[in-house]
Order: sequence, then structure tokens, then C-alpha cells
Amino acid sequence: MSQQKRVVFRSGWLPWLLLAPQALVISAFFFWPAAQALLQSLQQQDAFGLSTEWVGLENFRQLFNDPGYLASFKTTAVFSLLVAVLGLSVSLLLATMANRVMRGAGLYKTLLIWPYAVAPAIAGVLWLFMFAPSIGVVAYALQALGIPWNHLLDANDAMTLVVLAAVWKQVSYNFLFFLAGLQSIPKSLIEAAAIDGASPWRRFWTITFPLLSPTSFFLLVINVVYAFFDTFGIIDAATHGGPGKDTAILVYKVYYDGFKALDLGGSAAQSVVLMAIVVVLTVVQFRFVERKVNY
Amino acid sequence: MVERRPLLTMLSHLILVLGVLIVAFPLYVAFVASTHTAAEIVQAPMPMTPGSHLIDNYSAALFGSSGAGSKAPVGQMMWISLVCALVIAVGKIAISLLSAFAIVYFRFPLRNFFFWAIFVTLMLPVEVRIGPTYQVVADLKMLNTYAGLTVPLIASATATFLFRQFFLTVPDELVEAARIDGAGPLRFFRDVLMPLSVTSIAALFVIQFIYGWNQYLWPLLVTTDENMYPVVIGIKRMISGGDAANDWNIIMATALLAMIPPALVVVLMQRWFVKGLVDTEK
Repeated sequence: MSQQKRVVFRSGWLPWLLLAPQALVISAFFFWPAAQALLQSLQQQDAFGLSTEWVGLENFRQLFNDPGYLASFKTTAVFSLLVAVLGLSVSLLLATMANRVMRGAGLYKTLLIWPYAVAPAIAGVLWLFMFAPSIGVVAYALQALGIPWNHLLDANDAMTLVVLAAVWKQVSYNFLFFLAGLQSIPKSLIEAAAIDGASPWRRFWTITFPLLSPTSFFLLVINVVYAFFDTFGIIDAATHGGPGKDTAILVYKVYYDGFKALDLGGSAAQSVVLMAIVVVLTVVQFRFVERKVNY
Repeated sequence: MVERRPLLTMLSHLILVLGVLIVAFPLYVAFVASTHTAAEIVQAPMPMTPGSHLIDNYSAALFGSSGAGSKAPVGQMMWISLVCALVIAVGKIAISLLSAFAIVYFRFPLRNFFFWAIFVTLMLPVEVRIGPTYQVVADLKMLNTYAGLTVPLIASATATFLFRQFFLTVPDELVEAARIDGAGPLRFFRDVLMPLSVTSIAALFVIQFIYGWNQYLWPLLVTTDENMYPVVIGIKRMISGGDAANDWNIIMATALLAMIPPALVVVLMQRWFVKGLVDTEK
């Protein structure tokens, strides 16, 4: 916090009053619960909440010896990777095309950004409906083509379904940032290369793509955060984490273990692990944002 | 465009049109489904042209006379979503404006502490503290209330930073002038700072309204009474049975109703929405 105002107001009580609402909300709903999560992760409580026992790091030991938890890590990694890679490449393609065309760019933008407004859970419901094994239009078309589809039984089908829904919802966001990035590249650079005889394909890979890399890094981090945390609604509405636990990403497992299986200690330990992941992601994000500014 | 390449331009349009169609396809399927009877939809393949039950289905959804799953009227759920989205958006903006003002325009002990405390909340999304936060809300007897649905989501580190960033660019001369004119801090805040912040506030409002409307995990925890479901939760509770047992026509009508308000906000306020998005994420 280096920047400061030269001129300030003087008052002993006013700043405290101004800060009070935010301070109250963050202490009651952020810091107190976070501290509780830390505490609970070191305790074991029976399912009825009658007795609590101090167990130290036992919850964490159990967690990392639980094949289900490690599987959930793997599921989350596969899911985030697919969502990020697919989402970024599709939106980069669309943004590059929209940046090329002179006519109708604004219209395409309007037609492409609205999925941002759709709630993840609603996106999950829409895609579930299209892919429902016995009634969905897409499932029907796939079966007519001889491709068996049943996300209720097949883990890969279920993963495909949630990835598609998550990408569909995120493309608009990436598209906006890529388009803004593309439009900030100086036209003179592209023109100079064109005069030198570089084809559009070559210009894209030698000029546009490298200049876009800060935006891409930034979006990569944002997309991973999105896949980790904001896709809960998609997973819950479309697959309930199933079949088995094959689409139960970490956030879904925290919810399920805490609220359905009532394993408070285990769920709290998972929360603490997630918190550590968020801290890392936030630090990385800020690093990249800084790099982006200095680029 | 740098040079004329009609073929490449045509290809660009082709890819964009294809992209738009693929993105819009789920919406079209949902719309078609919302115009048929439940029985017509469950026959595979489902019809791909609109049917004749549009009005029946939407009034059934809005006023609540559907069969399976939750029977609460969607009209009421939409009202709850609207109130929550507005309270969350306005609340976030209000408390962030106030804290940013305090942090930028006053010197007081613990100023840096508060700044960092607000910053750290970025690293504590609701997903990682669901159990204990639920406990706090239950202890405060806020389950199934508007307060429970909104207050825990009202803190906002990003909005606070955005306003702080903006206030730092406001020239010091304005404060001096206000002081010479005899204006106190609150007067300065209301008559100088607020009017200057209108664009940022509008941009932020769009983003936060959508955030509030689309909340899922939190309302899922704090609402058990179907009269307090926001529409995003309500729709999920309608999916109860197997593929064919649900009233898909009503569910799809509800899905479309649930996405209309935020989609309208995004499309109509596009300029502010984009500004808000790009500003808050930087």
C-alpha cells in the first residue's frame, strides 16, 4: 500500500463507523467460520454432535490415506484441465474471427456473451436435458449414429457432459477478454507483417499469439479457479457427482461429506486443504496480473 | 482488416455463425421443450419445432400447478431471486464504497490491518468454509430468511479494491476545494465522490446483480423451506425422478424464466457489463 493521499480528513470516530459494516460481515461470516474450519479439522465429532474429541492431524492423515479423496483430486485435475484447455481454445478461435470481421462484430459479441448470465446450475439442467439417455435430443442423435451414450452409467460420458456444460458457460467470459486483448494489439504491427508478405496464419502465430500470452495466462488461472469452485452448480444439477464418485470434484466432496455424510472433521480438513489451494491460486493470479501490467 | 481475403472473411463469418448456433442450441431445445406437453417431450426423438402449449406451460410454471417435485410457484421464486440479487448488489456496493472511502481518505490506527483483512477474504470463498458459515447463520437464526440468503455474501474485497483504486485517482484539489467551502467528509463523499463514481457503480452493479441472481451453493444450504427457494434452487428441486418422470416442459419453461432477468441485464447494459468485468478482474 504505497499510494497515499496527501490531503485527508481528520476524525477520530468516522473511519471506524464507515468500516463497521464491512468489518462486521467479514468477521462473522469469513474469519470466524474459517477459524472454526481450522479448529474442526483437528477434532472428531460424532454424527449427533454430542461429543467432540481432539485428534490432532488424524483427519488429514485419514484424508490422504483415503483413495476416494485422492480420486477426487484426480477428477478435479482432469476436469479443470479439460475445461481450461477446451474453453480457452474455442473462445480464442471465436475472438480471432470476431476481430477479423468488420461487419457484424458487435452483433456476434452480443450473441456470444449471454451464457455468462446463465447460472451454473441452470446450465447443468439444460445440458442434462439434451443428454438425458432416454429422452435427450443429443443422446438420441448419438445413439442413432451408433455411439452409445449413458452418463448415468459411464464415467467418461458423465465427465464429457459436465465439461461441455462448464465450457459452454465460460466461453463468453474468455471471449470478451481475448477480444479486448486482440483489439489492444497495434494495427501497425500486423500491417507491417502483411506488407512483408506474412500470411494471416503466420501473423497469428508469430505476432498475435505471443502478444496475447499475458491475457492467456491470466485467463488460464481464472479458468482453473472457475473449474475448481464455480462449477458446483453444474455438477450438482447434471450428475450429482456420479456415476459413483466419478465427477465428484473437491468442492462437491466437501459439500457431500459435510452435509450428506455428516463427517464434520473430514469435511473441515478438506476445507482447509481447499483454502490452501485458493491461497496458492490467488498468489499466482496476482503475480500474473502484475506481469500483465508490466508487459 | 489488413488485406482483402474474401475467402478468409467468409470462413470467419462461417465459424462465428457456427459458434453462435452451437452456443444457442441448448436455449432453442429448452424453448421448444417449454411449448409442448410433458408426454410429447418424453417420446424420443422429441419434436424440434415449437408446439402449442407455450402459454399453458409458462402459466403452470409461474403460478405453480405442476406435478412432480417442488410445487412452489416460480413467480414467487423469481421474486426471491430478484430481492436477493438486488440486496446483494446494492449491499456489496454500499459497504465497499464506505470502506474504500475510510481507507483512502482517513489516517487511523489499524488502517493497514483492515485493508489486508478485507484483502484476505478473497482467499476464503464460501465453498471452502461452508460448514462453519452455515453454523453461524443457523446460530443467528437466519436460516430461511432474506438476511441469511444475502448478508453472508455481501462482503466484497474486489469491489473495495476497485473503489479504492478509483478514489486514489481523484485529484487532491477536490478535497481541498471542498474543505475551503466548508464541507465535511460526509458532504464530500455525497456531493463529490459519489457523482464521480457513478460509472464504476453501474458497471459493478451489473456484475454483482448476476452474481447474486445465480447463487447456488449458499441458498442450497440455508433454505429448507420451499417458500424461500430462489429460482435457481427451485429448478433443481424439480428434477426428482428418472428421465421420463420429470415435467420437462415445466422445468425448461422455468429455466428460461430464470435466465431472462440476468441475460437482459447483460445484453442491455453490455457497455457497463464489459467495463465492470474487465475492471474488477484486473
